[in-house]
Amino acid sequence: MQRSFIAKNPSVLIFLACLALFTLIVTVLSEGFGVGVVSTSFVKTLGKTLCLCLVAVAMDLIWGFTGILSLGHFAFFGLGGYMIGMWLMYERTRLIVVESLSQTEIPPTKSEIIDGIGNQIFGVVGSSDFPLIWAFSDSLFLQLAMVVLVPGLLALVFGWLAFRSRVTGVYLSILTQAMTLALALYLFQNDSGLRGNNGLSGLQNLPGVAASQDEVSLWFLWASALALGLGYLLAAWVVSGKLGSVILGIRDNEARVRFLGYSVETYKLVVFTFTACIAAIAGALYYPQAGIINPAEIAPIASIYLAVWVAIGGRGRLYGAVIGAAFVSLLSTWFTGGQAPDIPLGFYTIKWVDWWLVLLGLSFVAVTLFTPKGMGGLVDLLTQRKSPNRHGANLGPDDGALREQEASQ
Amino acid sequence: MNTLLEVSGVSVTFDGFRAINNLSFQIGDAELRAVIGPNGAGKTTFMDIVTGKTRPDEGRVIWGDKSQSLLKMNEAKIAQAGIGRKFQKPTVFEDQTVQENLLIALKKPRGWLSVLMYRPSTADLEKTANLAQEIGLLDALSRKSGELSHGQKQWLEIGMLLAQEPRLLLVDEPAAGMTPQEREHTTDLLLEAAKTRAVVVVEHDMEFVRRLNCKVTVLHEGSVLAEGSLDHVTSNQNVIDVYLGR
Amino acid sequence: MIRLYFAGFALLLSCLTATAQDANIQPILQEYQAEIAKSSRKTIGPVIDAIASSGSPHAQLMLETWAAKNIWMRKSDGLFFVGEKTDTKSYLLTDFDSGDVVGSYPKSDLKQLKPNSGVRAMIATALVQFQLMDPDAAKRQDALTSIQRDPGPALLAPLRTSIDSEPDPTLKAQKQRLERLLTIGYDQDTKTRVDAIEDMSGELGVDVRATLNPLVAKTLNVATGDIPTGVNVAATLEPGTDQFSKADAYDLLVAKGMAPALVSSGDMRSALAANIEGGRVGGIPVAQLDTDAARNAAYAALADAGKVPPLITQADMDTALASHVFFETFAEPSAEVTTAATDALKAINLKVGLNQALDLTLDALSLASIYFLAAIGLAITFGVMGVINMAHGEFIMMGAYTGYVVQQIIPDHTLSIIVAIPMAFAVTFAAGVAMERLVIRWLYDRPLETLLATFGISIALQQLAKNIFGTQARPLTAPGWLDGALVVNDVVSISFIRIAIFILALVFLGVFLFIMKRTRLGLETRAVTQNPRMAASMGINPGKVNMLTFGFGSGIAGIAGVAIGLFAKVTSELGNDYIVQSFMTVVVGGVGNIWGTLAGAAMIGFFQKGIEWLNPSNTLAAQTYMIAFIIIFIQFRPRGIIALKGRAVGD
Ligand SMILES: Nc1ncnc2c1ncn2[C@@H]1O[C@H](COP(=O)(O)OP(=O)(O)O)[C@@H](O)[C@H]1O
Ligand SMILES: [Mg+2]
Repeated sequence: MQRSFIAKNPSVLIFLACLALFTLIVTVLSEGFGVGVVSTSFVKTLGKTLCLCLVAVAMDLIWGFTGILSLGHFAFFGLGGYMIGMWLMYERTRLIVVESLSQTEIPPTKSEIIDGIGNQIFGVVGSSDFPLIWAFSDSLFLQLAMVVLVPGLLALVFGWLAFRSRVTGVYLSILTQAMTLALALYLFQNDSGLRGNNGLSGLQNLPGVAASQDEVSLWFLWASALALGLGYLLAAWVVSGKLGSVILGIRDNEARVRFLGYSVETYKLVVFTFTACIAAIAGALYYPQAGIINPAEIAPIASIYLAVWVAIGGRGRLYGAVIGAAFVSLLSTWFTGGQAPDIPLGFYTIKWVDWWLVLLGLSFVAVTLFTPKGMGGLVDLLTQRKSPNRHGANLGPDDGALREQEASQ
Repeated sequence: MNTLLEVSGVSVTFDGFRAINNLSFQIGDAELRAVIGPNGAGKTTFMDIVTGKTRPDEGRVIWGDKSQSLLKMNEAKIAQAGIGRKFQKPTVFEDQTVQENLLIALKKPRGWLSVLMYRPSTADLEKTANLAQEIGLLDALSRKSGELSHGQKQWLEIGMLLAQEPRLLLVDEPAAGMTPQEREHTTDLLLEAAKTRAVVVVEHDMEFVRRLNCKVTVLHEGSVLAEGSLDHVTSNQNVIDVYLGR
Repeated sequence: MIRLYFAGFALLLSCLTATAQDANIQPILQEYQAEIAKSSRKTIGPVIDAIASSGSPHAQLMLETWAAKNIWMRKSDGLFFVGEKTDTKSYLLTDFDSGDVVGSYPKSDLKQLKPNSGVRAMIATALVQFQLMDPDAAKRQDALTSIQRDPGPALLAPLRTSIDSEPDPTLKAQKQRLERLLTIGYDQDTKTRVDAIEDMSGELGVDVRATLNPLVAKTLNVATGDIPTGVNVAATLEPGTDQFSKADAYDLLVAKGMAPALVSSGDMRSALAANIEGGRVGGIPVAQLDTDAARNAAYAALADAGKVPPLITQADMDTALASHVFFETFAEPSAEVTTAATDALKAINLKVGLNQALDLTLDALSLASIYFLAAIGLAITFGVMGVINMAHGEFIMMGAYTGYVVQQIIPDHTLSIIVAIPMAFAVTFAAGVAMERLVIRWLYDRPLETLLATFGISIALQQLAKNIFGTQARPLTAPGWLDGALVVNDVVSISFIRIAIFILALVFLGVFLFIMKRTRLGLETRAVTQNPRMAASMGINPGKVNMLTFGFGSGIAGIAGVAIGLFAKVTSELGNDYIVQSFMTVVVGGVGNIWGTLAGAAMIGFFQKGIEWLNPSNTLAAQTYMIAFIIIFIQFRPRGIIALKGRAVGD
């Protein structure tokens, strides 16, 4: 029975191979290093999609494997973006300020430079002082640490509160949604210290890097692919072991796990925090490619979309999450970007910019009702794995437990 | 024989309804005990109290050689202290294989870090195989437990309890819904288990209890009505009134 | 001032005898012919007084005409007439006293009187006394309003004179109140003013505070040595305290020209830049001037050389401060008045505070009823049936849009609202039933999937509404009789719409209780939600009951939508604003219990208003803190304020 991890999980190898191939092809076709068939902006879209796939993996871990429908993971994603955005913005503004001050006769003092940066960054919200949360923004290293620490800490504190009081099921979902809403509303304030609804901008410019966006976009694509690969590998390794067994148990039947002597709250907290950190890393890679982050990104609806991607891809299988996120977000870009052809009906023309959300909403209902396995179900078709016939019984008593049609033999 | 678990003067009220009323109960090491009583007597609630699922309004629950109070511990801690519990309905992890079910129950450190780093050793795999043999599921080791029959799930759950190596096993109506053959197998399992640890079996079925051949406690309206051998309690007039009369 | 006062008395006397006397105005005008013909603020005062107090019935007309620049002087004899333009060149003159037309004259024979604005203001003041006694009550009211808007010392006397003869009791009360206020502001006698202040102490009116506040306005002052005598000192300040830092104190000295200005870092920088000699400033290489220490040293060197003003050190500042006293003075010279005013304001502020608390309570109550209204449908679908309907907000939106459409068809606002309410119920009931039949019933034991599926419906409905109605807000107008507010006093008021919503919330509560407790549907609903299989075996059709209950909850959301649309903007995103709050209301209150929902709405409403009160500028922060509070609250009462017990909930 003792087989190697890869042998037990052939899908991991296939996935990594596909990811590597994809990255290679995009690189070859790109403007930065290759033949230039794929435009830089599309490279960025693809890079961003990889980040979304990574956060979807995190979402699948917490929802598909642990049974906690968190509507807060996009908040962690956004926070991660904010954390890296703070350094990017600070450093870039610093270079600009130093450059402009060096034109004057008297060399600037440190505090003059900092005041200048403060004025530049916080001018839009009528302030010039650095709030406390920017304390480490001058150090890339510390700010990179904050990318994981701040969302991680938020997840830890929130999770501790929520799990400790044994809030489960939809109540927990609503609570996480409330947390997301609170965070978004907080960031919308001008005195939140993060520029209110202006958000952080100009993040696509790497300070001190002379390379063109053509190249930078590829660097980010590679970094995103690497992060996705590592994240996927790590997630697959975690769920393939005994910890995976325990969290699956928590998903299907929390009480049983508890009576086996496992501290369910601790496990939930660990997974919640861990996935929050993955989400934050994904966000830290995403927003430099997007160029701008503002509180609207964190709105509860984004987190719900995340759940939608995972559900459409098929929850409880990591590749499902990746496929769902990639498919839906790329399709969404295609439809809302105006590239999709309109459908003339004679009396009315269906413009996809207007109707895409209707389609998405309804198809989501359809997936929930008719194909709970989502797109991952296609893989089951290929490998000829069927759902068990349990006469409508779920695989466990808990809200998050797998449904009859979701399971495979 | 020293006392393993001592419950004394415990009462629980749900919305004004006294489910457990000044209940006292003792069990020693390696003792097999049957608890019987009509529906709603409070048998399951009694187990809930011992395993930390329900907090009593008053009373003491003392455990083990060090006389720990169980009332201050949560379910996981109590389970780690050595009390295993089987629910009325079979509850196994249906999306996982029999082997995974047994491995998860195996007595090992329960902290998340050690669980994360844990990879089953050959000895562990052997142990699960032996357990599977014992419960008659050796052939089904790599099958998903959701596919097992009702009786097999009950055994798997007992197997998981044994894998936990508890000092006290609380078993709630293990034979419900089983065929006579399956019941026999279950009895054997329990008798075997009781050789090395204390076992409390809740059961309705007198035949089943008779086969266990052990001391019997009769619960009624949340307190102990009678205690002793099966013949002794069945001849008790109170018990006859409660069980057979009315 | 005193003169005016007496003039007022004279006026009063003359008024009493006016009809008998019938004095002519022209002689008086002629007496002051020169001053009138070439008016100036300095000299015209006695003239206006004389005219106003002449007792002539034409005095008012004359002053009005004068102010309107319609008086013309006949150059030939210097008499004054009302002039009326007939054509470009000639004017028709009318005599003041007789009212007869004296003839038409070319412009060259005439001189127009053009009082400047200063003079016109004095005329207007003099006119007030006439307006205050005008037989037309509306004119008197106008005069009072204009005094309120623009009070002045000159108005006090005419106002006082006009009180006794005022026939209208409300106007009289207004006049008396205004007289008190003007007395506080402008009377000469300290005792009278203090009495007036004491009279008005405890009054809630904004006008009272507006009168008292300038009296106690303080200005910061500084003097060398001792505080000068003859000023009304409010407080002596010690530099270096929290309220009054040393830097503030020194800035004041600088502003008053009593100390040299500090050299700011900007000044220093430009001074240094101006004194670069051969790449060095004060002997220090320019490249090294990137620290404050180096710059100070360079500047000190320049100062020693006398090229720049010396740097002011902390010690310099301290000595400057030590030789001065800092104090606050009242603009009002009389200490008695300021003390009385301070006390009166204290009393008023206490009362205002109490009333504000009352007002806040009313606000909170109305916010709570809005939340309750938004959540009550959810209390049925989520609370009773346990179905998570994320499209609940969109049902509210549908209700509001239904109201809008009905108003497009039926223009009468009252009627349209009466029609809209059942229409909204019908539309959302149908939508709810359809949704239950098509989606929710397949997911009854799968709350998380229900959440996501209904979310899908929610985004589809939102986009659909956007496609149909566009993105701009649509108006849903309340009937006229709901405009306005119930004003208790200057602090406490509540708009009729809010009262209506409060009543509607109560009605909903009643309807809910009635249906759940007294009807067959309620009984069956409770039976089905508690034990569907048992209910089915007793002849209840669970499918039908679920369908009707869900439809009922959705229908109520639709009605709530009409109510909410009356005061909020109807957009496709209307539902977003209420969905999370509604869920919070139900969860915080305790699922499955309408009283819990009520308690939850009350708690959230009051809490949010409370935070807004502490930090009024920031409703975003209020919402943030409220949600944070709810998250913490759920720690302590995971099952809400009113918790259902029993096995059904936890296990
Ligand atoms: N959580 C609870 N809330 C309300 N009543 C309960 C709860 N748990 C048990 N009861 C009541 O306590 C009594 C004893 O139940 P139980 O222990 O399950 O009886 P049994 O002996 O059949 O196992 C029953 O009447 C049951 O309804
Ligand atoms: Mg029982």
